[in-house]
Amino acid sequence: MTKANLNNGRAKPDKPAFIIAAALAVVAIVVFWKTATMGGAASYSRVGPTAFPYAISAGLLILAVWTAFEAWRGDFPKREPQEMAPILWIVGGLAAQMLLLNITGFSIATGILFAATARGFGRGPLWQTIPMGIALAFVLWLVFAKGLQLSLPAGPLEHLF
Amino acid sequence: MDTFAHLAQGFAVALEPMNLLYALIGVTLGTAVGVLPGIGPALTVALLLPVTYKLDPAGSLIMFAGIYYGGMYGGSTTSILLNTPGESSSIVTAIEGNKMARAGRGGPALATAAIGSFVAGLLATLGLALLAPWVVKFALSFGPAEYFALMVLAFMTVSAAFGDSTLRGLTALFLGLTLGLIGIDLQTGQARLAFGVPDLLDGVEVTTLAVALFAIGETLAVAAAHRSGKEQIEPVKGSIWMSREDWARSWKPWLRGTLMGFPIGAMPAGGAEIGTFLSYSVEKQLAKKPEEFGHGAIEGVAGPEAANNASAAGTLVPLLTLGLPTTATAAIMLAGFQQFGLQPGPLLFVNSPQLVWGLIASLLVANFMLLVLNLPLIGVWVRLLSIPRHWLYAGIVVFATLGTIGANPSTFELGMLLVFGLLGYFLRRFGYPIAPVVVGLILGPMAEQQLRRALSISQGDPAVLVQSPIAIALLVLAVAAVIVPLIMRARGKGKLLAELAANED
Repeated sequence: MTKANLNNGRAKPDKPAFIIAAALAVVAIVVFWKTATMGGAASYSRVGPTAFPYAISAGLLILAVWTAFEAWRGDFPKREPQEMAPILWIVGGLAAQMLLLNITGFSIATGILFAATARGFGRGPLWQTIPMGIALAFVLWLVFAKGLQLSLPAGPLEHLF
Repeated sequence: MDTFAHLAQGFAVALEPMNLLYALIGVTLGTAVGVLPGIGPALTVALLLPVTYKLDPAGSLIMFAGIYYGGMYGGSTTSILLNTPGESSSIVTAIEGNKMARAGRGGPALATAAIGSFVAGLLATLGLALLAPWVVKFALSFGPAEYFALMVLAFMTVSAAFGDSTLRGLTALFLGLTLGLIGIDLQTGQARLAFGVPDLLDGVEVTTLAVALFAIGETLAVAAAHRSGKEQIEPVKGSIWMSREDWARSWKPWLRGTLMGFPIGAMPAGGAEIGTFLSYSVEKQLAKKPEEFGHGAIEGVAGPEAANNASAAGTLVPLLTLGLPTTATAAIMLAGFQQFGLQPGPLLFVNSPQLVWGLIASLLVANFMLLVLNLPLIGVWVRLLSIPRHWLYAGIVVFATLGTIGANPSTFELGMLLVFGLLGYFLRRFGYPIAPVVVGLILGPMAEQQLRRALSISQGDPAVLVQSPIAIALLVLAVAAVIVPLIMRARGKGKLLAELAANED
């Protein structure tokens, strides 16, 4: 860990890796602060519910410093360039499903997720894929909600059956 | 002798018609999902967990075992025909197997992988049956201090020992441990890190985390990567049967692979990959025609594939006897047990022998089913490979959310799925391993409980942790698992460790 990577030419500080280090430090502080202000019936024994969180918080802090060190030396692996649009489509689809689930029921919400994901991989058009997705999700609903008795939220479409 | 009596009882359970049906459904689903590129056994088990929610414990565990073994078989098909290993433990299979497929010998490659998996699965499951009672006897004498030491060892081997960075492995582990803190403390009822959200009081679901990290994270990573070249599926040309020479060259690697894979899986070291790499290099050394290696040597498929399946069975030893998951797949299986209120460990063998031995027997049954399912029906599975990527991943995402909604139909749970999915994407992007997060989440609270139990017995004296020779030995091993790789990497031998990286399961 000491000298091996210093002279291989990519020792450039890595900005995103610094953000990771900062995020780890923030998590460490949040864990510490929430544990310290927990109150309640804590600490009637020496190793109460606070000991482990404190230890993890300390560990996270050490890792944050270590990450910052490696970020400064540019030790993180090279990253491929990424396309943002597909991510937005898929995340958007998941968000839409999450918000619509209890309003429109399982099939419609999941059909939209299906179409958005396919769109993320470049398959459209949506007016074609959304009905396909809804049909597929409805079949899944029949199998899992009716057949296996999973509780999948029903909406207007499911109430027809 | 006791083992065989137990095993016979187990077969009585496993051979009940309903349980045979569960096993058949399990192996079929497991193979089907395992064949799909990008889905390893960990994700297969996590995705299919909801299917088993409403069954009785025995039936659902039997289905589970089938899914697990089926996923292992299915992965080899993908790596041979597509050269994109569905799981990290199939990487080696892909090296020689895909070369064989390109040379028009895809049939024998699939056959030696399937039969090798069968031989290894059979022997290793018998090994599990023979070894488990001994470990149980040993483990019954373990106190909280020994369990704690054992878990520390598992943490370190899963996160720090292999992979290309100690730092990133440990960071992934600590992320999992932090997530494990969330919820009500088991011993005092104190809510921790719940931020006043009632949904968080029960803690983070292992299946939600695993499905999000593996399925959603992987989907995002694949979608975001510029991937221009289309993946080439090698059609299976000619006979799938192995020639006499193929048999002659395969049977020894099968046995050697099993001998290497099983102990590695059975140790709390995690990672089926190590055994496969070891087996590959041994076969390369021993081969009569070493020049064929790199151009499609059948030994290079037979050995690693056997090692892969043997160590998969091996990981069930610590899981069933000690309740100690050493891979992501095992962690999810543990979650599967817990959903029925069962805690794997020595007491499970004592309290519900029917269930445990039924499960072990059904592993043997599943193994036979898989041989039948994989050899003659291989063409059916191959067709799954030609599903276009956009439909495949759309389907994966739908199934991922289906499982989460089925377990808990709340907007909040789906929100967690989304957040952890993004986390999984960023972990992949920055080269963090996934498995330690999942293992940390499930094993963290267990380790904490053991630690506190040990310390309350000793009235707060930490010396209790290092009083028994077993605990000391385990802790020394755990420290070594962190220090030795650090030194090896510093001396420029990191490449070797990176090759042994545990990623998918």
